[in-house]
Amino acid sequence: MLAERPPTPSKALTGIQGLDEITGGGLPAGRPTLICGTAGCGKTMLAMEFLVRGATQFGEPGVFMMFEENAAELSANVRPLGFDLEKLAAQKMILLDYVHIERSQIEETGEYNLEGLFIRLGHAIDSIGAKRVVLDTVEALFSGLPNHAILRAELRRLFRWLKDRGMTAVITGEKGDATITRYGLEEYVADCVIVLDQRIAEQICTRRLRVVKYRGTAHGTNEYPFLIGERGFSVLPITSVHLDHKASAARVPTGIARLDEMLGGKGVFRGSSVLVSGSPGTGKSSIGAKFVDAACRRGENALLFAYEESSAQIVRNMRSIGIDLEPWLEKGLLEIHASRPTLHGLEQHLVMMHDAVRAFRPSVVAVDPISNLTLGRHDLDVKPTLMRLIDFLKQQEITTLFTCLSSDGGATPEDSQLGVSSLMDTWLLLRNVEFNGERNRTIYVLKSRGMAHSNQVREFVLSDAGICLVDVYAGADRVLTGAARVAQETHERTAAEVRRQGHQRRLLRLAGRRKAIEAQIAALQAEAESGAAEVSFAIAQQTLQEQATQQSTQAMTQLRGGAAGGNGRVKEEQLPT
Amino acid sequence: MTFQVARPAQATAAAAAIFELRLYVAGQTAKSIAAIANLKRICETHLAGQYRIEVIDLTKTPQLAAGDQIIAVPTLVRRLPEPVKKILGDLSNEERVLVGLDVQPARI
Repeated sequence: MLAERPPTPSKALTGIQGLDEITGGGLPAGRPTLICGTAGCGKTMLAMEFLVRGATQFGEPGVFMMFEENAAELSANVRPLGFDLEKLAAQKMILLDYVHIERSQIEETGEYNLEGLFIRLGHAIDSIGAKRVVLDTVEALFSGLPNHAILRAELRRLFRWLKDRGMTAVITGEKGDATITRYGLEEYVADCVIVLDQRIAEQICTRRLRVVKYRGTAHGTNEYPFLIGERGFSVLPITSVHLDHKASAARVPTGIARLDEMLGGKGVFRGSSVLVSGSPGTGKSSIGAKFVDAACRRGENALLFAYEESSAQIVRNMRSIGIDLEPWLEKGLLEIHASRPTLHGLEQHLVMMHDAVRAFRPSVVAVDPISNLTLGRHDLDVKPTLMRLIDFLKQQEITTLFTCLSSDGGATPEDSQLGVSSLMDTWLLLRNVEFNGERNRTIYVLKSRGMAHSNQVREFVLSDAGICLVDVYAGADRVLTGAARVAQETHERTAAEVRRQGHQRRLLRLAGRRKAIEAQIAALQAEAESGAAEVSFAIAQQTLQEQATQQSTQAMTQLRGGAAGGNGRVKEEQLPT
Repeated sequence: MTFQVARPAQATAAAAAIFELRLYVAGQTAKSIAAIANLKRICETHLAGQYRIEVIDLTKTPQLAAGDQIIAVPTLVRRLPEPVKKILGDLSNEERVLVGLDVQPARI
């Protein structure tokens, strides 16, 4: 984000995650900044990181003048964050100077000033060519030097002097009761004041940062939660004020084929957020696990934040439904961050997520469940912080699946107790359906922005073969699932079989009748044929008889002397043969 | 506080070891010059023959400031006898300097 925006010339980048965004490019360059807060809120860490990052990332050497702990203690304290002060000191990028005043050793007589401190600091700056200076905590001088009038005058001179030398300085101060700092340092350091705060709400501590004042520049004025994590200081950035993330048309399969089918046949959009809500035991975690498993199968990085089960427990439990996450963990494609929600406040969890996402660069993230993060918190806090997280993930084009526990028997299952549903692009609802002495899971797509999606309720079946979605039995007046569905289906199958056999029988009978009719036809035909034969036989017989008669007549005629001898009729009866 | 009940000078000299003193100043300022003058006078008066003074000008040798944890100038450091003591200021108040150095004032 910062790379796109050229830093204002008068600002010095801190390199601290989030802080540069809030301050719009860093601390005022060449001017002092006051960082104050209560004990243990991270002032020294912030100052140290400012110096270390200045030295390592921006090539600006720095002097760390400490008044409370010595160099060895400080080095040991920041080593867990990966800051090697000894090495940086050897490279002359950082100079540590421990200023120690033992009150009991000191006696005052007559006038003095703090020129010694100026000379020390000046010498330190010159010896490494420092651009950055940290004074941690200069207020310790107040307990060391009895004459506060001199001290105040000298501190004023010191800050002026730092400014004149063009040092980007960080001065830490302890928080006072009524004032920003106990000794009123804010009077002298007027350019930029950052307050760190540590608050306990319901036994959970949250650290917050606020830029109280930043002369001559716009800055974020809100309180931003921050974390001192494994990679140092991290302030939750305010990227959520921009709603300008790209919208990808690419689709990401959920890992459950039938579910993808319900979502326009291709799954959810890349970079979108998916909410899976449901009452306990409806299979939310399984969908989450399948989702990361599918991403790993595609060779993509997946990150799973688990707030209910440990990493090993998830791996074991998911194996029971045919999802083996272990190979992905071994290959480094999958990271499971399991922690108790009560470990931190919500904001702190989100900062941790930020850190993990930035470090691991996953393409999908699953949070299981998001509702646990809100234990004992007001809904009011939850939404804006979640919005920040979602916006952040969207900007990175990371597809995210959140599971969310909703209580059974609520007024409507659509009640999303976090009020986050409006932030989600796709919402899958899992429900328990109790009927006929058994409980079954159903799933449906409540919404899915920007795509055609099924309006059908599917039965959600978890077995050792994995997850599958089955069409429910949608009868005339009800929807059946589980055994009832199976029974209904069996019943229907039987009925169909009976019907089928009935048809068969009727067909057979029809065929028989047809055969009988054909036989009848054949018999009639035979009868007809035999009748015809008799007729022709009779005709033939008659012909023969007639011929015979004729012949006998002729013979008679000839015998009686021919035509003359007759009465003339004989001639007419003669047939032309 | 008064110092009328002081012991004889010999007793003080015998009891006290050599005073190794270091005066840190920054340049030839009025305060520096006053401090040097005051210190010499006090030492001559009360610690004759038992002291060593080293004046360090931090504007010339700034690296020496860290060693004795100097932040204010002028600072007088009593390095010996132990424990180390520091007296800030131009040493104009002789009584306080003597208290700071833990020296019984010599009776004149």
